[in-house]
Amino acid sequence: MGTTWPGQGKGVIAVRVGVPRTLSYFSFYPLWKALFEGVGAEVVVSPPSNKELMDAGVRETVNDACVPIKLYHGHVEALKDKVDILFLPRLVSLDGKVTLCPKFLGLPDMVRYSIAGLPELIDLRLDLKKGRHELYRFLYRVGRRFTGNRARIAAAIRAARYNIQRYRKLLLQGLTPEEAFSLLENGHAANRREKGAGIKLAVLGYPYALYDDYVSVRLLEKLRLQGVDVVTPDMVAEPALRRMGKSLPKNLFWYYSNRVVWACLYYLRDYSVDGIIHVTAFGCGPDAMTNKLIELEAKHSRQVPFMTVTIDEHTGEAGVETRVEAFVDLLKRKKGLL
Amino acid sequence: MKISFPYMGNSHIAIGYWLEELGHEVIYPPVPSKKTLSLGVQHAPEFACLPFKILLGTYLEAIEAGADTLASSGGFGPCRAGYYGELHKRILHDLGHSVRLIILEPPLMAPFNFCKNIYNLVRPQSSWLNCYRKFRITWEKLRALDTAEDRLHQLRPYVLDRRALTQAYEKALDYIREARTMPQVREAVQAGLAGMESLPSDKSRNPLKIGLIGEIYVVLEPFANHDIEKILGDMGVLVHRSIFITNWTRDNALVNRERDIRSRAIPYLNQLVGGHGQNSVGEVVRYAEHGFDGVVQLAPFTCIPEIVAKSIMPAISADKGIPVLTLFLDEQTGRAGIETRLEAFVDLLQQRRSQREVS
Repeated sequence: MGTTWPGQGKGVIAVRVGVPRTLSYFSFYPLWKALFEGVGAEVVVSPPSNKELMDAGVRETVNDACVPIKLYHGHVEALKDKVDILFLPRLVSLDGKVTLCPKFLGLPDMVRYSIAGLPELIDLRLDLKKGRHELYRFLYRVGRRFTGNRARIAAAIRAARYNIQRYRKLLLQGLTPEEAFSLLENGHAANRREKGAGIKLAVLGYPYALYDDYVSVRLLEKLRLQGVDVVTPDMVAEPALRRMGKSLPKNLFWYYSNRVVWACLYYLRDYSVDGIIHVTAFGCGPDAMTNKLIELEAKHSRQVPFMTVTIDEHTGEAGVETRVEAFVDLLKRKKGLL
Repeated sequence: MKISFPYMGNSHIAIGYWLEELGHEVIYPPVPSKKTLSLGVQHAPEFACLPFKILLGTYLEAIEAGADTLASSGGFGPCRAGYYGELHKRILHDLGHSVRLIILEPPLMAPFNFCKNIYNLVRPQSSWLNCYRKFRITWEKLRALDTAEDRLHQLRPYVLDRRALTQAYEKALDYIREARTMPQVREAVQAGLAGMESLPSDKSRNPLKIGLIGEIYVVLEPFANHDIEKILGDMGVLVHRSIFITNWTRDNALVNRERDIRSRAIPYLNQLVGGHGQNSVGEVVRYAEHGFDGVVQLAPFTCIPEIVAKSIMPAISADKGIPVLTLFLDEQTGRAGIETRLEAFVDLLQQRRSQREVS
């Protein structure tokens, strides 16, 4: 089973585990962090996405891949020399029904054959289609790589699951992932925002595109500065999302895309948003479907203004800013606020 | 019911026959062309893949020709193609065309839906017995078409007069189109193959052998791949295609018989990634084992499974010593560009072979 490390279990030198700060990071970091710390490993997170990481990723990845995948390779590149073990799980299914985008499914292999000089990888498969207890088994298998002490792994898993539940609750309350991380860690929240008095916008997209300030060119922050009340798919409770799923004749096949579509239906249904912005990455395969689907839904249900922001590795901040500002002004005028 | 369906290679000959025998009026839209594609591009999402755009264009042309029902296939991911039917329907309805789409989902995954759709196709004008009989003939025809096409590409590098071969092949297609009963279909294949094989050929040639892999639609549809098999054949290369419509349907829709290819892919990609991603990986390994000189991978632009496969190709190439050329096709791809790249690739393979023979 697990490899032994110098000083393992004695608390002398902890094994350093690298977690890339992108893709599933925004959905699961509290889970991974509590688990690794519970089994006595030290968690090393790559720096926030920046131009350097992007360029490194573009160099290593096949040119046809989408921006988030390229960025992921950049994060791996930044981590590989600083850690003993890299955590690149193969996320296959997260709700037991549908899979993730095929690129997630092949991600460990893509990374392994694109980047040279990788440390040991944890590329275990998380496939909740296999049954209800699969998450526990997955976490246990990860834990076994670090320690043979079963009780310790079980305790770590308990802590991890508690942590992720708290995290999800915080997201529902409208915190961004970074705010929620600091709240979980330090016990106090960054200063709470006040609800914008103006308009309410649903900003839809995948967590790794929305919450990564480099990818989304700080879109959420900019909207808030303009007095916009921003809601995202992560602020809709799970049961409500699932209810929306039942109203579609045929659902999409990808976990994150489904959440975007369902959230769109949810916000259209309860008549609460003044507009919808869809944030999508250049070359994103699932989004070709998702984008058209929600565009048509927004058009048919009650003519809610809809805008798509496509992001690529060259996206300039000013370009996006101008478009978003114009869109917000338009909505404000429509509502009689300007 | 005025029914129409998208083109994929020569399959329309057999499928059209089946639908006609079921008592429908079959509308054959124009063969996909630049016009079809630009119609599709106009209304499709920008990053949808090439098949989506060609299909949408074909549907629009079929509607223009008077079709009121469109039949297509479905699926359940993770490849996007499974959602195409649903999205095509929404786009067409949004454009104000009130057509009906019959989307055949895989029978193993959605038995109820499949039965309902088959019922809608068959029952209005035909009996179940008639449907069964005609389906057997249709299947035989599909197999006949695949056999004829496979033989065409096996013969092309050897024959002296390639144009005569193409004519003989077209004649074979006509025979198959005309056949009405099982014995007639079998006879048609025999006659067609005999016509192709009787042409004078030079068996002493030792052509380069190239395997063709990738996403099923762009591999099968000559319009999408700019007739790559013919281009390569005319360069004197023996092309072996990994996918034929009958073996693919049998292996995927009815029973799962792809263990062989999967087991070869597992050392490199131990996960189904949808579409033909894992198959592509396994097939490169197989072609290398069978002593092929090279492999051409075809994929539509933004095809996710093939991107995953492509990023693994360099490792397989290095391990197994087989060169792989990946061509991503989209609406901007020009024939001349493809030809140039293929010529260069073939030149490289030729040199590689002669170097090996020397050493």
